[in-house]
Amino acid sequence: MRLGVVIFPGSNCDRDALAAAEIAGYEAVPLWHGESAVEGVDAIILPGGFSYGDALRAGALAATAPVMAGVRRFAARGGAVLGICNGFQILCEAGLLPGALTRNRDLAFHCHDVALTVVTARTPWTRALAPGERLVLPVAHGEGRYVVPPEELDRLEAQDQIVFRYEDNFNGSCGAVAGVCNRAGNVVGMMPHPERRVEAVLGGEAGLGVFRSLRLAAAGVTRP
Amino acid sequence: MRWRAVVAVELKPGVLDPQGEAVREALRRMGHDHVSDVRVGKRIQLLLEAAEEGEARARVRDICESLLVNPVLERYAFDIEPEGER
Repeated sequence: MRLGVVIFPGSNCDRDALAAAEIAGYEAVPLWHGESAVEGVDAIILPGGFSYGDALRAGALAATAPVMAGVRRFAARGGAVLGICNGFQILCEAGLLPGALTRNRDLAFHCHDVALTVVTARTPWTRALAPGERLVLPVAHGEGRYVVPPEELDRLEAQDQIVFRYEDNFNGSCGAVAGVCNRAGNVVGMMPHPERRVEAVLGGEAGLGVFRSLRLAAAGVTRP
Repeated sequence: MRWRAVVAVELKPGVLDPQGEAVREALRRMGHDHVSDVRVGKRIQLLLEAAEEGEARARVRDICESLLVNPVLERYAFDIEPEGER
C-alpha cells in the first residue's frame, strides 16, 4: 500500500508521518500542497504543523490550497484520509469533518502525553484498535478545543462519529472529543500524534495501531 | 469602482473565549473590577472593486462566508463605503 503525506507551507510533522508509514510497512510518498492531482496513493495523511503560520484561523488557509481539491475527490470516492493535529484543523475548516478547533480552554500550548479512549473501530484508521481501548499519545497544540453545537454532538454520538475521547479533558473540548470521523467513517481527524509514538526509541509503539489499521481495513477486516 | 469594507468578526454567544477571560482577569488586576465580561474579536479591512454597492456587499458576504468567518465558532457584520470618501 502507498500512503501520501501532504506538505503545506508550515507543515512540520510531514517527515514523522512519512517515517511512521514506512515503519508500519507501507510505501510513503510526499504530496505537494500546490498540486491538485492526488493520484497513485491508497490513503492520505494531512500532517501536523502550523500551515500558513495559522493566519486567520489554524487550518483556514490550507483548506483552500489546490491539493485540497484532490483530497476532496479522494475522500468522496471513499479513500482513507487522516488529519493529525493541524491536519484535523484543516479537515474541519475544509468542511470534510464536522465542528471546529479553537484556543485551548486555559490558553496554554499543551505539549505532553495524554490518555485517550478508542470509541469506534469502524474507521480505516482504528480497525486494529478495540472500542474502549486506552492509548497514551503525545499532544502538541494551542488550538485543540473541539467545538460543536450540543445538538450536533448528540448527532455525532448517535451516528458513531466520535473516534477518540480524552480521559482527562485538558483542553475543554465538547464531549472530551479528541478525534472524529465523517458520516461514512473514511475521513478521520485527531489532535494527538500517533506518528510520534511508533518505535521504542520514541517512547513506545502506542501510535502504530492507527497506521496498521489501514492494512486491516484494506483487507476487509471489520470489527464491531 | 473601489470600495472599502470593514468586517467585524466575533465569537458567537455561548462559545467560550479564554482570551477575553484572560484580558478580563488582567483588567481586574489593574483595578478595573467594574468590567464583568470581555470578548476578543477581529477587524478585517478589504479594498475591492465592484460596479455598485449591492455587488460590493454580495462579494464581501461571499468572502466572509467562504473564508473569513468559521460559522461553527463565529458571526460577522460589515460596513462598506466608497473608497476615498473620507
